[in-house]
Amino acid sequence: MGALFVWMIVPLALTVYFSFIRFSLLNPDMTGFAGLENYQYLIADEAFWPAIINTVILVGSVLIITIVIGTLLAVLYNREFFGKNVATLLVIAPFFVMPTVSALIWKNFIFHPDYGLIAFVLQKIGLRPIAWFTDFPLLSIIIIVAWEWLPFAFLILFTSLKSLDTEQKEAASIDGANPLQMFFYIVVPHLQRAIGVVVMIETIFLLSIFAEIYTTTSGGPGHASENLAFLVYSLGIQGFNVGTGSAGGILAVILANIVAYFLVKMLAKNLKGRS
Amino acid sequence: MKKYGNLILGIIGWVIAIIIFFPIFWMTITAFKTERGAYSPDLIFMPTLESFQDVFARSNYLTFVLNSIYVSIGSTLICFLFAVPAAYKMSFFPTLKTQGRLLWMLSTKMMPAVGVLVPIYLIFKQCGLLDNVLGLIIIYALMNLPIAVWMSYTYFCEIPAAILEAGRIDGATLWEEIWHLLRPMTLPGLSSTALILIIFAWNEAFWSINLTGANAAPLTAFIASYSSPEGLFFAKLSAASLLAVAPIMVLGWLTQKQLVQGLTFGAVK
Repeated sequence: MGALFVWMIVPLALTVYFSFIRFSLLNPDMTGFAGLENYQYLIADEAFWPAIINTVILVGSVLIITIVIGTLLAVLYNREFFGKNVATLLVIAPFFVMPTVSALIWKNFIFHPDYGLIAFVLQKIGLRPIAWFTDFPLLSIIIIVAWEWLPFAFLILFTSLKSLDTEQKEAASIDGANPLQMFFYIVVPHLQRAIGVVVMIETIFLLSIFAEIYTTTSGGPGHASENLAFLVYSLGIQGFNVGTGSAGGILAVILANIVAYFLVKMLAKNLKGRS
Repeated sequence: MKKYGNLILGIIGWVIAIIIFFPIFWMTITAFKTERGAYSPDLIFMPTLESFQDVFARSNYLTFVLNSIYVSIGSTLICFLFAVPAAYKMSFFPTLKTQGRLLWMLSTKMMPAVGVLVPIYLIFKQCGLLDNVLGLIIIYALMNLPIAVWMSYTYFCEIPAAILEAGRIDGATLWEEIWHLLRPMTLPGLSSTALILIIFAWNEAFWSINLTGANAAPLTAFIASYSSPEGLFFAKLSAASLLAVAPIMVLGWLTQKQLVQGLTFGAVK
């Protein structure tokens, strides 16, 4: 308990503290209280707004992709077909691949403009290969991250769907509900809570996506694929500018806490202890 | 009609599964190609173990593997040292504050790691924990602690308190109670908790990239070093990655069901 408390509070307090003082490892003479200077400096940084926008786009589009495809897959896999258990294993596999490996697989084997599979197929049909990471850096990262998190969404929604009453479905089909009506009036409402859980847990992790960007584009070209986590890293660790980096960290924490507030509220509702 | 319907569903299901799994499959076969063969997308080739031998011979690959093992097992052990007693206390002797504490512990997971990156980096630098396996073990143990407490708590809650009371009435001491009653009943749950913690620690890449260098780098950070353009060795990269990913994937497949519970903190079962 105590350890966790220290872990939680001390670094965070230090981040807050650093964000309000002048502190640069390159320039040790620069000291003193900075007030909101670091925040002003951060917001004035040309990389700041792109980073915020990229973070929102990244989180938002990965959420939409994983939940829409995840739901459809869960419905499909809820039916019986040959070799379903093995197919399920294949679908959830990407979740266990470490982020650096999955980023590099995609970078070198799929997206690579000379040796990648997409380039190979495009050349076969007479088109020019695409330089994914220079022309569509953010989209490429979205695809990679969505691939990593689709299994998560699928697994949660699939598990939740199994608990759907078959009687309810039978009753609906006796009443003459067509498959679409079944999907929207029975399946989707049943999945609501699971979808909520997926949204919130994914958001927490997606807000600090780092390794995928680090190993593929390093935030470039320019700041085209830099998110908030990467910006903090490049300012605070690479650029030795502790103050501004910390200010970025605080903003990330605030962003995450808005999300976390709703998650904790929701979990509190169905936290079951010993009754 | 129904039969054909299932067949079509099966085909769609399999096609999607194969597309999703394809990058991993591709990495696997590239690992068995020669370095020159790795650049062509041929499916037919002579499998060779060359790249695996190279990986072991050239880089001190074994060091990174050992680092990964130390870090994931070490952090899991430390986690259990704190989590199991805490969960035991909270589940069998709950107070009014227990629920609040559990939620508070969970909320620490909500803080993005970047928020504390800068201070942790500086503290580690001061304490000489930078690029140190011990430092990484501490970070991972703290990172996983809420999940460990939360999961063990749910498993402990499934045990009827009356069994322990009966044991106590029969005169069992605390240790006998733990060893003869609690251990056999919670072992399956706790071992899947441990597996999940190991998976998380093994795959963690944010702290490992930022806090380690040549000495303490686990596999995640080592493989990140292949991202530089000079390091374009497709077959070797695949071989190294395959070895890094395969054991965890097997563990993940085995713990599928518990994983859902662990990942959603028991909200979806």
